[in-house]
Amino acid sequence: MSTPFYVSPQQAMADRAEYARKGIARGRSLVVLQYADGIVFVGENPSRALHKFSEIYDRIGFAAAGKYNEYENLRIGGVRYADLRGYTYDRDDVTARGLANVYAQTLGTIFSSAAEKPYEVELVVAEVGETPEGDQIYRLPHDGSIVDEHGSVAVGGNAEQISSFLDQRHQDGMSLAEALKLAVQALSRDTNGSEREIPAERLEVAVLDRTRPQKRKFKRVVGRQLSRLLEADGAATEAESSEDSEE
Amino acid sequence: MDFLSEHQPEMLPGNRQLPPTQGVIEAPHGTTIVAVTFPGGVVLAGDRRATMGNIIAQRDIEKVFPADEYSAVGIAGTAGLAVEMVKLFQLELEHFEKVEGAQLSLEGKANRLSTMIRSNLGMAMQGLAVVPLFAGFDVDREKGRIFSYDVTGGRSEEHNFAATGSGSIFARGAMKKLFRDDLSEEQAATLVVQALYDAADDDSATGGPDVARRIYPIITVITEDGFRRLTEDEASGLSRAVLQRRLEEPDGPKAALL
Repeated sequence: MSTPFYVSPQQAMADRAEYARKGIARGRSLVVLQYADGIVFVGENPSRALHKFSEIYDRIGFAAAGKYNEYENLRIGGVRYADLRGYTYDRDDVTARGLANVYAQTLGTIFSSAAEKPYEVELVVAEVGETPEGDQIYRLPHDGSIVDEHGSVAVGGNAEQISSFLDQRHQDGMSLAEALKLAVQALSRDTNGSEREIPAERLEVAVLDRTRPQKRKFKRVVGRQLSRLLEADGAATEAESSEDSEE
Repeated sequence: MDFLSEHQPEMLPGNRQLPPTQGVIEAPHGTTIVAVTFPGGVVLAGDRRATMGNIIAQRDIEKVFPADEYSAVGIAGTAGLAVEMVKLFQLELEHFEKVEGAQLSLEGKANRLSTMIRSNLGMAMQGLAVVPLFAGFDVDREKGRIFSYDVTGGRSEEHNFAATGSGSIFARGAMKKLFRDDLSEEQAATLVVQALYDAADDDSATGGPDVARRIYPIITVITEDGFRRLTEDEASGLSRAVLQRRLEEPDGPKAALL
C-alpha cells in the first residue's frame, strides 16, 4: 500500500492561490474608475459579444477578469440574486455590499473546498450613488476576500502596475473623457514599461451614470460616442456626454 | 420565473393554495384600458377608478405600467393580483435582458404575459380575473402593436385599436368611429381620452376625468424613442380640451353618416 504524500495546509492553500493567480494573469486587465458623474469601466476586449462588464441592477455594475465561463456563471448568479431581492423587497434594497458579500461567500467556499478547483477570476462590483461620496467599489480576489476600493481599481494581468499608475494620476471629479483617457493610458502600458496603442474597436467601455434619468444607470459606451470621447478634449466632451446620456 | 418556480415557488402568484370560498371575493377591481396605434407608435391609456362591488375603492389608482423600454401593460381586473403580475412581468423582461444581453422580441414578451395570465386561471375561476392589454413598439417591424388577452391566457393581436375592462364595449364603439390610420401622436392621445370619456359616460365602474381633484387618465406613448408617460400637465390639457368640447356636445364628436 502506498502512503499518500503529506501536504501541509499552508502549502495546499498557497498552491491553489498560485494556480488561481496564474489563471487570472493570463487574461487582459481592466480598470474601474470613479469620475464626476459616476463610475466608468474600461478594458481591452476584442470580442463585441462576450462582455467583461455588465449590468447587475439599477445602480450596480459588474466587471470580471479571468476565465469567461467561471465569471459568466457568477454574473448570472448575481443578476438572479439582485432580481430576486428586488422583487421580494424593494428595488432600493439591492446593494453592492450585499452582492459583494454573496460573491465573497461563493468564491471563498469554492477556494477552500478541496473537491473543487479554485475559480480563476477576479471581480469588481461597483454601485453608483446619488453623489460621488456615495459610490462604492468592491474588489473580490479569487480567494473570497473583499477589498473596499476608492477612486480607481485594476484587476487582471498586470493589475499591480496599472493600479499604482492609476493611484498616482487619478483625481476626484474628473470628467468622463478625462477618466477614459487615463484608463486607456494605464491599460496600454506593457509589463516592460513600453506603450502600445489600443484601438477604439478593441476597447470595451461601460458607465454607471448617475445623471441618467432612468432608474437603470448602466450603459455601454460604443461606436461613435466612444471615439468622440477618446478624441475630444475634456471640456468639449462634457456637453456632448451629457447630451448622449439623454438618449 | 422559471428560476423562481424552482427556488421559491410560493412567490409565484399561480402557486398559492386558495382556501375554499363561497361566492365572490370582494376586492378592488380596475376597469377600462384602451390602446390605439398610430404611424410611428402606440398609445396606451387607462382611467383611474378601482371599484369594489358598487363602491369606488380608489379614485386615483394607476393601471398602466411600463413593462420595459419599448412596451407597456395596462391592467383590468383584480387590482392586487394584476399589480403583482405586472411586477413579475417587468422583472422577467429585465432579467432576460440582463442575462441574455438582448431584449426579448415583442412577440416573446406577449407570449410570456400569456403564460402568466394562464397561471392565474384558478383565481380567475373564483372571480379574481386579471385581463391586461399589452402594447409595445416592435423594433424589428418598426411599428406599434397591441395584444389583448382573455382570462385563459388566450392572446390575440389587435389591429388599430383595442380596449379591455368593464367600460371596453363603450370605449371600443367610440374608437371605432373616431379612428383613422393617419393619426398623429397627439391626436391618438386625444382619441383615447375621448374613448375613456365615453366609457365613463356609460359604465359606472369607469371614472371620467376628475377636474375638481385633478385626477386625469394615465396616458402613455411608446415610439421608437421608447416609453413615455404624458406628464400631469399634458394629460390635464388633453382632458380639459375634451371636456370643454363635451360641454357643447355631450355625446362627443359626430362621425359622418355615410
